[in-house]
Amino acid sequence: MSQYDAIVIGAGHNGLTNAAYLAKAGLNVVVIEKNDYIGGAAVTRELYEGWKYSNCSYVCSMMRQALHRDLNLSRHGLILVPYLGTINFGDGDERLFSYHDEQAAYLELKRHSPHDADAMNRFQADLTRYSQFIRKTLLRTPPEPTSFRPRDIMEFLFLAKQLWRLGEREIYEYIRFFTMSAADFLDDYFENDLIKAAMASPGIIGTALGVYSPGSSYILLHHVMGDVDGNIGAWGLARGGMGAISSALANALQEYGGEILTNSGVEKIIVDGRKATGVVLDNGDQISARIVVSNLDAKRTFTQIIDREDLPDSIYERASNFKIRGSSGKVNIALSGLPKFTHVPENRYINRGGQGFTGSMETMERAYDCWKRGNWSDDPFVESVIPSAWDPTVAPPGQHWMSNFVQYCPPTLADGCWTPEKRDAFGEAVIKKIERYSPDFRDLILHMEVRTPHEIEEEIGLTEGNIFQGELTIDQLFFNRPFPGYGQYRMPVENLYMCGSSTHPGGGVSAACGANAAREILLDLKCRNTVPKDDFYDE
Amino acid sequence: MITIDPYAGERLKLSPFYIREKELNIRDAWSAWNGYKFADYYYDAEYEYFCIRNQCGTYDICPMQKYAIQGPDAAAMLNRMVTRDVDKIGTNRVGYAVWCTDEGRIIDDGTIFKLADDRFMLTCGSPCTAWLRKSAFGFNNLDITDVTDEIAALSLQGPTSCAVLKKMGLTGIETAKPFDVMHFPFHDDTLMVSRTGFTGDLGYELWINSGRALTMWDELYDAGADYGIQPYGETATDMARLEAGFIMPYMDFNEALKTVHFEHDQTPFELGLGWLVDFEKPHFSGRRALLKEQQTGPKWRLVKLDIEGNWPAIEAIMYNDEECSEEIGYVTSAMWSPAVKSNIALAMIKSEFIDGELWAEIYRAKELRQYRRMARCSKSTKPFWTHTRARSTPPADY
Amino acid sequence: MPTFDAIIIGAGHNGLVCAAYLAKSGMKTLVVEGAQYPGGLAQTREFHPDFHASVAHTISHFSSKIIRDLRLQKHGYKKPNEFLPTIGMGENSEHVFISDEVTGCISDKDADNYKSYEKRMRRLAKALAPFWSETMPRVGNNNASELITFAKLGLKLRLLGKDDMHEFLRIASLPIRDLLDEHFESELLKASLSWDSLIGSKIAPRSPNSAVLTLLYRMAEQSRGRHIIPASGSKQLIDSLCKAVTSAGAEVRCSAEVDKILVNGNREGLRTTGIRLTNGETISADHIISAVDPKQTFLHLVGVDYLDIGFTNRIGRLRSDGYVAKLHLALDGMPEFTGLDKAAGRLIIAPTMDSIEFAFDEAKYGNYTEHPVMEIVIPSIYNHSLAPDGKHVLSAHVMYMPHNLKGGWTTEAHAIATQNALKTITKYAPNIPDKILGYEFLSPTDLEREFHVTGGHWHHADIAMDQMLMMRPTYEAAQYRTPIPGLYLCGAGCHPGGDITGLAGHNAAQEILK
Repeated sequence: MSQYDAIVIGAGHNGLTNAAYLAKAGLNVVVIEKNDYIGGAAVTRELYEGWKYSNCSYVCSMMRQALHRDLNLSRHGLILVPYLGTINFGDGDERLFSYHDEQAAYLELKRHSPHDADAMNRFQADLTRYSQFIRKTLLRTPPEPTSFRPRDIMEFLFLAKQLWRLGEREIYEYIRFFTMSAADFLDDYFENDLIKAAMASPGIIGTALGVYSPGSSYILLHHVMGDVDGNIGAWGLARGGMGAISSALANALQEYGGEILTNSGVEKIIVDGRKATGVVLDNGDQISARIVVSNLDAKRTFTQIIDREDLPDSIYERASNFKIRGSSGKVNIALSGLPKFTHVPENRYINRGGQGFTGSMETMERAYDCWKRGNWSDDPFVESVIPSAWDPTVAPPGQHWMSNFVQYCPPTLADGCWTPEKRDAFGEAVIKKIERYSPDFRDLILHMEVRTPHEIEEEIGLTEGNIFQGELTIDQLFFNRPFPGYGQYRMPVENLYMCGSSTHPGGGVSAACGANAAREILLDLKCRNTVPKDDFYDE
Repeated sequence: MITIDPYAGERLKLSPFYIREKELNIRDAWSAWNGYKFADYYYDAEYEYFCIRNQCGTYDICPMQKYAIQGPDAAAMLNRMVTRDVDKIGTNRVGYAVWCTDEGRIIDDGTIFKLADDRFMLTCGSPCTAWLRKSAFGFNNLDITDVTDEIAALSLQGPTSCAVLKKMGLTGIETAKPFDVMHFPFHDDTLMVSRTGFTGDLGYELWINSGRALTMWDELYDAGADYGIQPYGETATDMARLEAGFIMPYMDFNEALKTVHFEHDQTPFELGLGWLVDFEKPHFSGRRALLKEQQTGPKWRLVKLDIEGNWPAIEAIMYNDEECSEEIGYVTSAMWSPAVKSNIALAMIKSEFIDGELWAEIYRAKELRQYRRMARCSKSTKPFWTHTRARSTPPADY
Repeated sequence: MPTFDAIIIGAGHNGLVCAAYLAKSGMKTLVVEGAQYPGGLAQTREFHPDFHASVAHTISHFSSKIIRDLRLQKHGYKKPNEFLPTIGMGENSEHVFISDEVTGCISDKDADNYKSYEKRMRRLAKALAPFWSETMPRVGNNNASELITFAKLGLKLRLLGKDDMHEFLRIASLPIRDLLDEHFESELLKASLSWDSLIGSKIAPRSPNSAVLTLLYRMAEQSRGRHIIPASGSKQLIDSLCKAVTSAGAEVRCSAEVDKILVNGNREGLRTTGIRLTNGETISADHIISAVDPKQTFLHLVGVDYLDIGFTNRIGRLRSDGYVAKLHLALDGMPEFTGLDKAAGRLIIAPTMDSIEFAFDEAKYGNYTEHPVMEIVIPSIYNHSLAPDGKHVLSAHVMYMPHNLKGGWTTEAHAIATQNALKTITKYAPNIPDKILGYEFLSPTDLEREFHVTGGHWHHADIAMDQMLMMRPTYEAAQYRTPIPGLYLCGAGCHPGGDITGLAGHNAAQEILK
């Protein structure tokens, strides 16, 4: 039986980050991973020779650059390349191009609505303001609201001060924004439905809410608060696929002396006298350690790999009630050439950004209505990007792969479980949707990979295939994440921690959860803190 | 409504005067303003600047936003929106105005042309469509149209400008007082001329339907040939307006609706535009906040600075003494004034330091090497440059 | 021109409560009401010859403090001893009965869980209760004394203990569906329990951020959210309020519709001076207090000329579209609901939470559903004056019927919606069609027209987190004062919100008397 300082369960990007910081502090760390590859949902796999799919997550903007720099990820092979522009497709022939250039963006919006072209300035300023506040909390541990410890009180004061700095009007606007639906929020600014739909689409990605559901405007912010080199809201591609992030993190971890053990699923966390002491692997091996860190989602951690008797009262119920709803699908398609779209200029710039098959507010909401009924929509919301248009390493020359993110896709269907036939029918719905805008799209398809929540759960272990490891609603955010009273990465079992997206600040390839957890662990183990403070372009 | 040209967003719009301007823009020095292709300068900025002060020049203001506001509620709507009393602007007169948020922060400045009791034109530097719609909410008898693309406008500024217009055949133009508007028949159309401008000099602005733009240009340039008429661009405008002490959006103030940071916008009192705030008017948007500010005094003040030495104080930080004990403000615009041969600037200073010593920390590169200098500044209450010709009616022939 | 200290516009229950408090403190007070009778949505009207009904058919959490303060019992208000049970109507004639405990077609586990669930909700409701009857402070203005309210709230929650505080912070924003799923198995029970967290606003069981606070608000009083029908109906409450007003020396004038709130502007700024009625009469007063919804008050009665632009637009953007229609049936005898001995209680026709959710889905797009969900009472069981002997009135709140119906509430749309509602009721009470002597269906548009309330919205504006507390109806008017000196709000569009509680009127009066 081997002995470590820390065991991190799950080699997703947060687990690797967490382990890297623990190892950097001199601890003897092992990351155990059930799959034969690392990365969790930040993964690139060559399922077909020459085609490197970022099977799950596909773009990146939330990665904390303080961590990127601190862990020398560039030296370990990571480079994030921003991509410019997106095309949003309306229900009919309308197309909305999002340009990076300010004047082009203005003129394009003006083509749709002069009013909205003007209103966009205010919208962007407001969103930037809201995200600046939230961003300050990303690499900080949430305070515990019931606590009177100086540390928690100081943290509340810090937050209050940041909020106060917004001024009276903005505090109200902030509260409103936080609790409204994306649709209501956008109605404050815009009149054009396609512009609204394009702006609303980040509000539904990954979530079991619709654009009309209160709370969806926060999710919108969650997706635009990231940045690439200070461009708030910009998205980047990792050269070589999202797996490049994980492999760079793994390199950093190994350089600090940490180990990674693949093909090692965890059967159970060993709890002895209310203390976590190690894990049992599915091959029967035991590994013991001073602490155990779970990078699995909260539901999986507490309902599947810990014995119920080892948990304090009500934790099992809390974990069972943890909202982690599968709502997204992913279709990766290999293409023999770059697709052409109707009513889109054959312009090498705009065609190489993303595609949002957005439709309209109502189309998006109706897709949600289907999800509620346990179906996928025949007119789904699809957000696509063709990474190979930017990244020469992911597909053979002249050929392309297209990543299609689909909202919504139910974890189980009204008429039962997913079957390969139903999965393919779901993929077909996505192709049909794209075909509406690209008539010869089907002819370009070489092969494809369809992933419903079922596949996502099976392969990566995300419960119900929820990409955020838990819904991003107020009841599960900040100090409520994952459960009230356990918002500071320490779990109800002593020496057990969590470091995945089930913890603050939640989903997205930010590495912040892993880093925050490491900071707390090092504090408990009385080790030197190795986790850097966040840095901001704009204080 | 939606134009089909999918490239429309990628191409800058061209001013109705573009064909003539292109010929004259020898240096191809273009940038963009409100989505229009727009000249920074044509040949040489300083040369163009002296055209304004010495002869006359034209400045293309087609990209400027122009809104036609008409209907029985037009005056009431404008009166609630802007801080000055629109009822006090006579017909065929122009009034400079600012409008504010409920909190009294400036959204934008612009000019209001009163063309009839129920017909106005509002011009401003950047789009204000969203705020105008908000301002019009609740008024039923009102129509607001963006006429930016329909009306071509050209600013003619400089001592010989009146003479040029007379020669062009605009009989009686010399009787136009500052801020007057006159209308002249022009090839079955009407040419509107206002005695306004952004240079502090004698000058006029010409307004014509876009379809007649080139005819007007040609007749104007024919008339001006012997009076030294030249086009000038953004750079020369910026020099002239600073000498005249005029403020510029995104240089001296921010538009309140587009700022990210709390109080990175300004109030009329901070910008020295208190004279535009008419508390005799019982209500306008932002009045309560501004009244409060008037009582407590503004936090900041924009001041005109005369700075010792000849280093332009571009982007300088202001201090209360030579030792930089306390940061008290920042320079918003600065330049060496060719007309008055002094080093001038506009700066925002915290009110409590306004009467103390003012020092600017200026950096300047000489042959790639950076030098720093602390320069003493003195406040100037008058515009840096003025001339009686700008105000006298009729203007003498210069 | 007659002069008063205070004029209250609108003799709904909040207007009357406010008037009574002001008059009691010696202010010369006048209440003007556009309709023929006082009471607003709580007035009782004849909808069919000899058949009467009130839009607000039950009372659940009217403030007991107001009953005491205004001595309403002396003025004729009599609280019945019995609460109406809530009865969930199953699709197969099964029922759940919810009162202090739940019985009927449910598991023992659910019955047990209900006890702990109800207890905790009651504890939370009790902790929050004081804040509904208090003015919410403005945030960010650094006024320490007002911030104490927040400190008090924090402390109050903390005093509940860590567990309850944690739970409150978690569930406050939870969709009601998630909360109930955590506690119960029976869909029928869950749907019935969710009802009170939803009705009146544009939310459904899956909508986050509003439902639980609404529920806690409704549970704040001693009645804990249980409903009553006084012996002579809602009218009894309104009559007693009117008596309280008049006995304190104030006047209630009906059929006096206000055309304008008069505002005087001079160098000092603005101030209200009085009101002008539609008949041209002007009445002056120092204080004008509007119990009318915020949109009408500001956009029509005051007029936008006197308001700041940002403020005007925030009022304009208030979500105030009603989604509840009202159905009144005049019945020749007692309706018989299959499997139910007596229709004594509040019958909820919403067999599952999804049946509510799916009814809502149509409304999102401006349509109404073929399968509406509803709350039914037979008020004539309790109040015999509503119908002739042996005959009965059925009163139903029907959801979701959008005010902004696509294509508008045409006669045809009206008829189909009515048929849909009747069909649904008939499924549960097959003999009803034979007994119908007359009916009235009030769409939100009808409610708007009949009762002068924007959007036909019960609460004047959705009760939702972004339109609640110090943001109701919008900041700058959330402390009952408005940007115009002399003008106050006291209606459901203010904190704490809608329903027949009287608290908005009460709180406004406290502010005016300050």
